[in-house]
Amino acid sequence: MAKYIGKRLLYMILSLWLIVTATFFFMRIAPGNPFTSEKQLPPEIEANLNAHYGLDKPWYAQYGDYLLKVAKWDFGPSFKYKSQSVNDLINEGFPVSFILGLEAILIAVAFGLILGIIAALKHNRWQDYTAMIIAVAGISVPSFIMATFLQYFLAIKLGVFPVARFETFMHTVLPALALASTPMAFIARLTRSSMLEVMSNDYIKTAKAKGLSQGVITVKHAIRNALLPVVTYMGPLTAGILTGSFVIEKIFGIPGLGSHFVTSITNRDYTVIMGVTVFYSIILLASILLVDIAYGIIDPRIKLAGGKKGE
Amino acid sequence: MEKILEVKDLEVSFQTYGGSVKAVRGVSFDLHKGETLAIVGESGSGKSVTSQTIMKLIPMPPGQITGGKILFNGDDIVPKTDKEMEKIRGKEISMIFQDPMTSLNPTMKIGYQIMEGLIKHQNMSKQAAKQRAVELLSLVGIPMPEKRVNQYPHEFSGGMRQRAMIAIALAANPKLLIADEPTTALDVTIQAQILELMKDLQSKMDTSIIFITHDLGVVANVADRVAVMYAGQIVEMGTVDEIFYDPRHPYTWGLLASMPSVDNDDNQDLAAIPGTPPDLTNPPKGDAFAARNKYALAIDFEEEPPMYQISETHFAKTWLLHPDAPQVEPPDAVKKRIRQLSSTFKTPVLVKEDK
Amino acid sequence: MQISKDKFQLVGTKISEAEKISKPSLSFWKDVFIRFRKNKLAMFGLVLLGVLIFMAIFGPYMTEYDYRTNDLTNKNQSPSSEHWFGTDDLGRDVFTRTWEGARISIFIGAAAALIDLFIGVLWGGISGYKGGRTDEFMMRFADVLYGVPYLLLVILLMVVLGQGLGTMILAMTITGWINMARIVRGQVLSLKNQEYVLAAKTLGANTSRIMAKHLIPNSMAPILVTMTLTIPSAIFTEAFLSFIGLGLTPPLASWGTMANDGLPALRYYPWRLFFPAIFISLTIFAFNVVGDGLRDALDPRLRK
Repeated sequence: MAKYIGKRLLYMILSLWLIVTATFFFMRIAPGNPFTSEKQLPPEIEANLNAHYGLDKPWYAQYGDYLLKVAKWDFGPSFKYKSQSVNDLINEGFPVSFILGLEAILIAVAFGLILGIIAALKHNRWQDYTAMIIAVAGISVPSFIMATFLQYFLAIKLGVFPVARFETFMHTVLPALALASTPMAFIARLTRSSMLEVMSNDYIKTAKAKGLSQGVITVKHAIRNALLPVVTYMGPLTAGILTGSFVIEKIFGIPGLGSHFVTSITNRDYTVIMGVTVFYSIILLASILLVDIAYGIIDPRIKLAGGKKGE
Repeated sequence: MEKILEVKDLEVSFQTYGGSVKAVRGVSFDLHKGETLAIVGESGSGKSVTSQTIMKLIPMPPGQITGGKILFNGDDIVPKTDKEMEKIRGKEISMIFQDPMTSLNPTMKIGYQIMEGLIKHQNMSKQAAKQRAVELLSLVGIPMPEKRVNQYPHEFSGGMRQRAMIAIALAANPKLLIADEPTTALDVTIQAQILELMKDLQSKMDTSIIFITHDLGVVANVADRVAVMYAGQIVEMGTVDEIFYDPRHPYTWGLLASMPSVDNDDNQDLAAIPGTPPDLTNPPKGDAFAARNKYALAIDFEEEPPMYQISETHFAKTWLLHPDAPQVEPPDAVKKRIRQLSSTFKTPVLVKEDK
Repeated sequence: MQISKDKFQLVGTKISEAEKISKPSLSFWKDVFIRFRKNKLAMFGLVLLGVLIFMAIFGPYMTEYDYRTNDLTNKNQSPSSEHWFGTDDLGRDVFTRTWEGARISIFIGAAAALIDLFIGVLWGGISGYKGGRTDEFMMRFADVLYGVPYLLLVILLMVVLGQGLGTMILAMTITGWINMARIVRGQVLSLKNQEYVLAAKTLGANTSRIMAKHLIPNSMAPILVTMTLTIPSAIFTEAFLSFIGLGLTPPLASWGTMANDGLPALRYYPWRLFFPAIFISLTIFAFNVVGDGLRDALDPRLRK
């Protein structure tokens, strides 16, 4: 187990190094210098600025500096907002995004599972069709459109929820719902098909032949096995929630990391784009690792040491 | 002897896209206490459906029992609800399935899979059930049962898993055990071990067994009586001796002639039965086997043959036993083994249908 | 019951009769078509798709307006007989712009799907067919790319390479083909050891012939489904990018940019956002249900 995690961590660091390197060089070849958008600066001031940010050094020195800083969890200053560092932005924005994301994940998993299980148990009956129409709709309506609809009808027209900002729990409901809608639909479909597949397995027949009731069979034999593919979806789910938060935070005016990221893109604030990209990548890679470990724990057939599925 | 199971005119059909498939078309048989009945037939002959219907394990819908009775200890189980069946399944009637690789839950410990039935039917505490699970594992010949009880199915070999399946099936001392091709998916050497084990346990526990198979060789080993099924009907039924040494139905002849045997010393070719079983969405008129039957009579294509009784225990459903039918010679492979059995009636008697 | 004696003549087998297939045999695609047609939701999606494509082609010509001409005297008009979907903040006709946007969305979806198909089939086909070290190397490469978070990469590329239709399609396909490659490789791996492929090899068929005649046709089903499901995800990505300001540049109209423009005015002029939003959702919906329907129709194991 420890050996497996160690190996996975090593791979993670390797991928991270790749991502940092790629972002660094992407940003260097990106059109325009960070200061070009502002009015023409006197050459000596520009030189000073360049020196201040280390831009006068050769590229390999800049690259080395950057790697070293990232390793020390220092993403450097923001180009646009001189007084703020990227770390400040992350420290300030991420907790907000984290709460929102967690709420969305809980909604997506809970409702997705319920819908999927109901649909499978009532296969080809109206409950199944209803659940699947909800799921198809959830997949078809992008989160940012869901967000605007929710905002317009429930907040602006009916006034049930606050329109924007992030203060009380009520403020979190609509953005979390919007963020959760697509992954919830995915989980519902995944759970349904996985449940149907499991329910057609011989061991369900064995359980039935033992005289167990439908309820016990569903809970003890079917759901546990049906959950396995859902667990593997948790990695992509985190990615979806993360990228979804960019637009949702923008729509609801939430001061999270996602909206900072979008602003930094509009401003071409390169250090922020780089830093946040690297930060997001770390979160994603870590969550994928966690999911894999969790999978190994709930599926006895998988030996973590090998890391491969054994049938 | 006490009759434990009586199946009368059972009819089962499945609704599919292509129409309704009549998988079982009027099957009747009975089973005594401690007896082993083998049901033999090709794939699609309705043998598995028949056996699963006895436990009402066929999915309904699309499956449907369209007629007949299943009397278990004199009690008809056809009208029983799923809830009522739970008290019979596992406790009174148990089942072993064909593929031990897929019939155990991969994420549940073997021990717990055995315990489930014990806790449900015998109100055992978890500890007592676990104790019993260890005993059962050792009973079915699994070494180190204390350790094995905590393992998962993937840590067992195929033969071991089938032993564990038997332990699950026998956990609550059922009166009837249905074994649906329990050895088909296993290696030949393991097959023999499993058959030995089943015979051994049967004598210890006095369970009746319905043994579903397509392998006549296995039948000779385990069964007291044999029912041969074709296209959803029983075409011949009798004791093992009657089926092996005095078969009357041309389909049984075909099965026997196509069975490889060691004493086939004269380099004789195995006689395959030509063609394929009929489509049961539209069962053919007359005898379902007629089209593939070398010995088919003109009437076989028009009228379904009635059941004839050849001895107290021997029945066959073929027009060849009609007094007007021509005398035909069974294939050589069958002819060689035919013996005169003392119990045979002078002439076959038409079985009156009691409708 | 009395039966005449001549009925008891021996007549023997009638195999030909028994083997007669009672139902007419259907070609694979005909069978697929029949199954697809039974799926009401999928048929609805197909009709919807037909309407959307029809409108994308003819919609912009149905009004006297064009999508880029500003008319500042008529800005932010609500829907009326004059402007069916209203006008935007520069007085442009939302109806015309919506169908202009449909063209772009469907074009992006189709282009992404076709490029994914081309690279994916080539990469996956070669990888699966050659096997061994080639396969190992090609799939490791795909794995590394696949590990990079998709939207982050697309965003990064849009920032670096600048906005535009070409960049957007490039950004989408740079990792999009991997999925297709994996599916094709899986298919080829399982198919190439089938007896009929071995038979073809024994008969002296060369690699390209085996690929073209045996492997690709038999992998058609999953390839087709993957393609149909790539289109909605490309349409979504375009809308998403445009919505965070990384999409097409004005005056080009895409559903994403229209929604982005409409967002600040949601409270007062909701139609500016709602029309493109509804059509994004409808299009993605239509492609999704058609793709699902195709998958169910192509995979007879799911036939219930």
